[in-house]
Amino acid sequence: MGELLVKEKEIVVPGEELAKGMSYLPGQGCYRKDDEVLSSKLGLVNVDGRAIKIIPLTGTYNPKRNDVIIGNVIDVSLYGWRIHTNSAYSAMLSAKDATNEFIEKGADLTQYINLGEYVAAKIIKVTSQKLIDLTMKGPGLRKLAGGRIIHVNNNKVPRIIGKQGSMISMIKDATGARIIVGQNGVAWIQGDPEGELIAINAIRMIEEQSHISGLTDRVKEYLDKACKGRPKRAREEREDDNNHQGEQNE
Amino acid sequence: MIITIKVSKMSDFKRPDGRKNDELRPMEAKAGIIKRADGSAMFKVGNTVAYAAVYGPRELYPKFLQNPGHGILRCNYNMMPFSGSGERIRPGGNRRSKEISMVTEKALSPVLDLSEYPNAVVDVYIELPQTDAGSRCAGICAASIALADAGLPMKDLVAAISVGNLNGNLVVDLDKEEEDIEGEVADIPIAVVPSTGEITLLQMDGIVLKDELKKALEMGIKSCRKITEIQRKALKDKYKVDAKSEGE
Amino acid sequence: MEENSNHLANYLKKGLRFDNRKLEEFRKITIEYDISNNAEGSARVRFGETEVLAGVKMELGNPFPDKPGEGSIMVNSELLPMSSPEFESGPPGIDSIELARVVDRGIRESKAIDFKKLCVREGEKVWIVIIDLMSVNDAGNLLDVAALAAMAALKDAKFPKLLEKDKVDYHIKTDKKLPLDRTPVSITVYKLGDKFLVDPTNEEIKFLEGRLTVAITEEDKICAMQKGLSASFTLEEIDKAVGIAMEKSKELRKLLR
Repeated sequence: MGELLVKEKEIVVPGEELAKGMSYLPGQGCYRKDDEVLSSKLGLVNVDGRAIKIIPLTGTYNPKRNDVIIGNVIDVSLYGWRIHTNSAYSAMLSAKDATNEFIEKGADLTQYINLGEYVAAKIIKVTSQKLIDLTMKGPGLRKLAGGRIIHVNNNKVPRIIGKQGSMISMIKDATGARIIVGQNGVAWIQGDPEGELIAINAIRMIEEQSHISGLTDRVKEYLDKACKGRPKRAREEREDDNNHQGEQNE
Repeated sequence: MIITIKVSKMSDFKRPDGRKNDELRPMEAKAGIIKRADGSAMFKVGNTVAYAAVYGPRELYPKFLQNPGHGILRCNYNMMPFSGSGERIRPGGNRRSKEISMVTEKALSPVLDLSEYPNAVVDVYIELPQTDAGSRCAGICAASIALADAGLPMKDLVAAISVGNLNGNLVVDLDKEEEDIEGEVADIPIAVVPSTGEITLLQMDGIVLKDELKKALEMGIKSCRKITEIQRKALKDKYKVDAKSEGE
Repeated sequence: MEENSNHLANYLKKGLRFDNRKLEEFRKITIEYDISNNAEGSARVRFGETEVLAGVKMELGNPFPDKPGEGSIMVNSELLPMSSPEFESGPPGIDSIELARVVDRGIRESKAIDFKKLCVREGEKVWIVIIDLMSVNDAGNLLDVAALAAMAALKDAKFPKLLEKDKVDYHIKTDKKLPLDRTPVSITVYKLGDKFLVDPTNEEIKFLEGRLTVAITEEDKICAMQKGLSASFTLEEIDKAVGIAMEKSKELRKLLR
């Protein structure tokens, strides 16, 4: 027997009782104590059949295989670049995974990507000690030049990208800006200054109102109003600028 | 004429500010007050105000402190120079603040699960702009909220309060005036995990009897359970606006 | 379209900034007084999300031998690690020291406080006014926020009770306000190429090349200056920056009580 003590999408805090009895199972963000299921995280309740899990609202990025992230170079060695991932763990992008171009052994790698520059790369491996390997070979992955880097709540990235990239595409189409949102909460935006400002405002709006229904319509309304009178620009389509990211997560 | 004067230590006892023995000073808590931090909170009890900011998990330097098995918690407690009720406190920490930093870390680690963060550190900074006794407890209360605000996995929040013995009268949440009372007085700060009643901080200054101690701790655990309601509300209030349809 | 590799420059050329403000526009400024009841004076100042707490404590001390009838001030600043992932624990680093000294010069050189009025007994006892600046959240431009917080805390300050035998009772606050003769305000003007702006956010600061902090009194007298970052200024640029600082200082001074 079991009794659910909270509602779907209710905000719960660590230590809060979610269910009594043995029939509910603690999933991600929950744990069992005697005959109760308690929360171990600050987040939203999600009940799926008899499994309860907590969807986190906050928390630093946890690196996962296949995530596309944006990070800056913090060190350059003979073999590759060390990339800051916006988590507790830096990642390694080795020369052979960075480009199909032939790079001579012992070449000065700063000629390719320099300290402080940003890249969009994909995580190919995370060990138990959180050693991370990246690749830049893949659609949309590259060194990022120009544009602005902003930080967003990494827990809101799925919402910012939208199902199959629908939300972010809407912003890109309206503003003419190129945008890549890394799963690690770092986003890159490149357009003309006004376009970038509008895109960033839209992204902030999604961050703040991610749980209020009707968000998509409100974002569309804001974009329509803000982009009125702007010349329509054909956006250079770069495959996979976030268009496939919506599928990667669940 | 015979005049009989009834002398009863207990019923004549009045706390300087008129509170009941088990009554806490007014409290206030808020989460997310320092935007650059990963988690933060303000906790106020009476006239004691504590800010806490959490950064992490993040890379730990120096490297020799790293633990490949799990992340570590590092706490830093500090009173601002103008926060005390007397002279200015020279900045730079002292032995007292170092000790408090250490017991704070011990009070919070039992609830934290840092197994997912090998070699990393979670830094907690506690700063007090204004103090009126109970500062280390206020700091732990604030730090607890800040850790949850930072999204760290915790089995529960931690609440802390001082309990005391004022010449045989057991009270909770001593203010500065009570700490300074003459006689057989004890100031006992404790931190409690509300869901289990486990005590994660216990210190004492003063004189107390064994039975008095037990009763005082029971009062403290009860008080901590009340305090944790305020901590929970602070967290929920911050995210209240965010409720409804995540993941639609 | 000509694109500069310094991205902020592309914005400034169009009169835009990274956050929807105009070049010479400050973020929302709030000032609260008496935020710490044990201090002789205190204030909390916010420019947008940048927040600094300032506290004033007054101590009884000995005068300097060459100034027997004068008290003194001391400004201390702490860039607290809680306010930014870039600040470390430990003794004040050079940025913190610079901030404290620049704020100090603005107050001292403007003669905002008449040190003679801090004299208790000539040659023996004087008041020393100590201002502590604590950063709570660093979202850029700590210098101007701290300087304004220092002035606000001074305006809030009252002497503690002086008892016999030169003992101070800090528990009793008198009604005697710390006498202030003038109100210096500090404005830091930042430059990128030929564009000038004030109150940058952390994101903007990364792209800026030069800065000039100017402290100004209500009589339009410049009482302190500090040039920072690596770019050099031409004479005309200094003149222009000082002009902007003077104009903005009037705006900020109006916000103080």
